Amino acid sequence: MAVTMHDPMTADKTRRRTITGSLIGIAAIIIVGVIGYFLFPNNLALLTRIIAIALLVLSIDLVTGYCGVATLGHAALFGAGAYAAGIAAAHYGITDPVLMTLIGALAGALAGLVSGLIILRAHGLPQLVLSIAVIHLFHEAANKASSWTGGSDGLSGIAPDALLGLFEFDLWGRTAYVYGLFLLVVVVILLQVLVRSPFGMLARGVREDPLRISAMGASVKSVLIRMYVISGVVAGIGGALNAISTQVVGLDSLSFTLSAEALVMLVLGGTGSLYGALVGTVTFLWFEDVVSAANPFHWLTMVGALLIAVVLFAPKGLYGTAAHLLGRIGGERR
Amino acid sequence: MNDGPLFEVKNLQKNFGGLSVTDNVSLSLVPGDRLALIGPNGAGKTTFVNLVTGNLAPNSGSVHLAGQDVTRSSAMQRVRLGLVRSFQVTRLFYDMTPEEHVALAVLQREGRSGRMIGQFRSMPTVMDEAREILHLLGLLELSQFKVREIAYGQQRLLEIALAMALRPKVLLLDEPAAGVPQSETARIEHALDKLPADLAVMMIEHDMDLVFRFAKRVIVLAAGTVIFDGSPQDVTQDARVREAYLGSYANASSAA
Repeated sequence: MAVTMHDPMTADKTRRRTITGSLIGIAAIIIVGVIGYFLFPNNLALLTRIIAIALLVLSIDLVTGYCGVATLGHAALFGAGAYAAGIAAAHYGITDPVLMTLIGALAGALAGLVSGLIILRAHGLPQLVLSIAVIHLFHEAANKASSWTGGSDGLSGIAPDALLGLFEFDLWGRTAYVYGLFLLVVVVILLQVLVRSPFGMLARGVREDPLRISAMGASVKSVLIRMYVISGVVAGIGGALNAISTQVVGLDSLSFTLSAEALVMLVLGGTGSLYGALVGTVTFLWFEDVVSAANPFHWLTMVGALLIAVVLFAPKGLYGTAAHLLGRIGGERR
Repeated sequence: MNDGPLFEVKNLQKNFGGLSVTDNVSLSLVPGDRLALIGPNGAGKTTFVNLVTGNLAPNSGSVHLAGQDVTRSSAMQRVRLGLVRSFQVTRLFYDMTPEEHVALAVLQREGRSGRMIGQFRSMPTVMDEAREILHLLGLLELSQFKVREIAYGQQRLLEIALAMALRPKVLLLDEPAAGVPQSETARIEHALDKLPADLAVMMIEHDMDLVFRFAKRVIVLAAGTVIFDGSPQDVTQDARVREAYLGSYANASSAA
């Protein structure tokens, strides 16, 4: 039959197009990363921080953008990773950076499971409030356990070994930056596989209509919990990267402010696409850095103005709107 | 396995406050049944569906599926046991394509929807089955469009496609032709003809033409109770049915 002959080809074409798209995206991350390395050799600490926060924003995107869960407490997952990696190094002498990263990922996953179990009991506004409660509880726990975490002084004494025994974490932050870029690329590749998998499709279904998902015999709760744990791994890696690169962990990594800012970055870039999360983080933190240097008194006003402009004129976020426009141009040509 | 009916509802009761919305309803289905559940507005049809699918808990009575008591089972568990419903108002994923919908349903049925690597497009068995179902319902040409871009009648067909992909034992169709223009109900009817012969189907529908063409058996629900259970030929002659419909419609013959 003509139709059935024709159709495998469209499916094949769709598949090839998505793979090409992924490769272009990965290449873009690496190119931008390399350009950043050579363009701002004195600012690698900031660039590394951008990567760490980008991992947090990606992690929020997984639950908010892909599954539709609103959260203002996601820094709990990031901070758990940062503190776990830091405590492992400062108290247990586990100073291998790769091992610290894995510990951070594990702690993030655990924090994801715990906060997921709490937050997912509610929906809508109560859910948002629960997420705020969760971040405050995590923050307070870290504050009170000062013998472990250093409390409000922060956790110091983190001295990671040379990466793979070869590359020292130097004063300029070169090793940390390259390591961070490597982690980001690996995470983005894995997440691209994830969001295109059957599970990724199931998650999008949960976002669009949970009732329909359960009418198909799938458990909405189980999808969300699994996604929360994965999200925790990603955020935990970001937290560990931050601990490794800055060699201190402060209470700000477990703060409501960081949670909210990261959500703002996601909205700025556009929810529901991995690149939106990256574009949003880079734009926000770069803008913050430039504007706060140019005008230390009114920079927050300008960040606010940028946000209002984006929300009003590009409600799909910077990346989302750009992709939409490009798609329309492409559509017309077709 | 078991000798009883495939699907059985026994003395189902649901009260909202002092009002019995479902009052001691019993019915059963055997494989291949084509049952239409009709009744005037407010007869309790939607409540009944929600009780049967597990979206509402009954006050008393029981629901059995393939010999198993599922009264306490969740809606999700009942789907897994083979009791699938469609929705009166289309519930679909508007940013996804018909192909993705059906593939997801197939993957879910096969227990592979939780897989985190690979794409369904590279799973030949899933793709073949999805394409076959879409072809059967005449949706293949639309398989790559987003659902928000296709017509409502086609979305209704996709609801049926999703139900078929889950390979249910018992299918509850909640007004499959609701909101579809008269000119397109023929396509819905055509799709219903393609349902597997051994599937037990219970349809709730207002469109009497569709009911009479589809159903081999009709149950009339009024004020929460079954007032008629018999053949489509007899239903218009039944005095109690006429009375029930006269209560809510000005003209009984238009309803019948």
